[in-house]
Amino acid sequence: MAKVMLYALSTCGWCKKTRAFLDEHKVAYDYVYVDKTEGEERSRVLAEVQRWNSHLSFPTIVIDDGKTVIVGFQEDRLHEVLGV
Amino acid sequence: MDNPTRARAVLDLYERLRREAEAAGYLLNPDREFVLDLMEGLLTNEGRYGYPSCPCRLAAGRRQEDLDIICPCDYRDPDLDEYGACFCALYVSEAVARGERKLHPVPERRGAQRPAQPAHPEALVGFTAAGMPIWRCPVCGYLCARPQPPLKCPICKADRDRFERFPGGSR
Repeated sequence: MAKVMLYALSTCGWCKKTRAFLDEHKVAYDYVYVDKTEGEERSRVLAEVQRWNSHLSFPTIVIDDGKTVIVGFQEDRLHEVLGV
Repeated sequence: MDNPTRARAVLDLYERLRREAEAAGYLLNPDREFVLDLMEGLLTNEGRYGYPSCPCRLAAGRRQEDLDIICPCDYRDPDLDEYGACFCALYVSEAVARGERKLHPVPERRGAQRPAQPAHPEALVGFTAAGMPIWRCPVCGYLCARPQPPLKCPICKADRDRFERFPGGSR
């Protein structure tokens, strides 16, 4: 089972679609709504996202600690990488 | 959307943006549920920051830093041209609205380089001081400074290919 970390915005339609996809395909994942973070937590989370995606855009999906990073809701890529 | 006042506000915003889009020659995404979620996001951001910044981008929360991502954002039209949708896919091209073109994630354009300053002062004719070309609608005289004319004139709905450079007259 792949380790999946989702960096998302609570207001974003594509982030919502990404969560719906992961839920629908019973993929276990952690997620953080970056827009809901503040102060030090915000800085720490942004530094994490920046490691994988310099544009700091959302959703950013980090699989197996960066073995694969998918930026934006790319359904085909998710199917392929997660094998679902 | 459990609160009826909020649900009303979401629908009101949707109706207003749809009306304004149509009046100006733009189209909202025909996926109504998706668009209503974006309305919810815009209202959330307006409540948080005091302005409806893009729901699909992380706002700084300081208006001066977020001016370019207040919806409709500075990047809507170039993204519509290139990808058939704005970054959020709130606004879509006619081809996407008709289902003739599939939506794909739009890469983040924000932060890309602005056009360079012209090398010679005389090159400023027909450009703003920042080097942006000026376009004139031949129907109503609407002037704008941007890389390309709008798809349709926001005043009279004349199509892009009728716009001419100003001053000058060449297309």
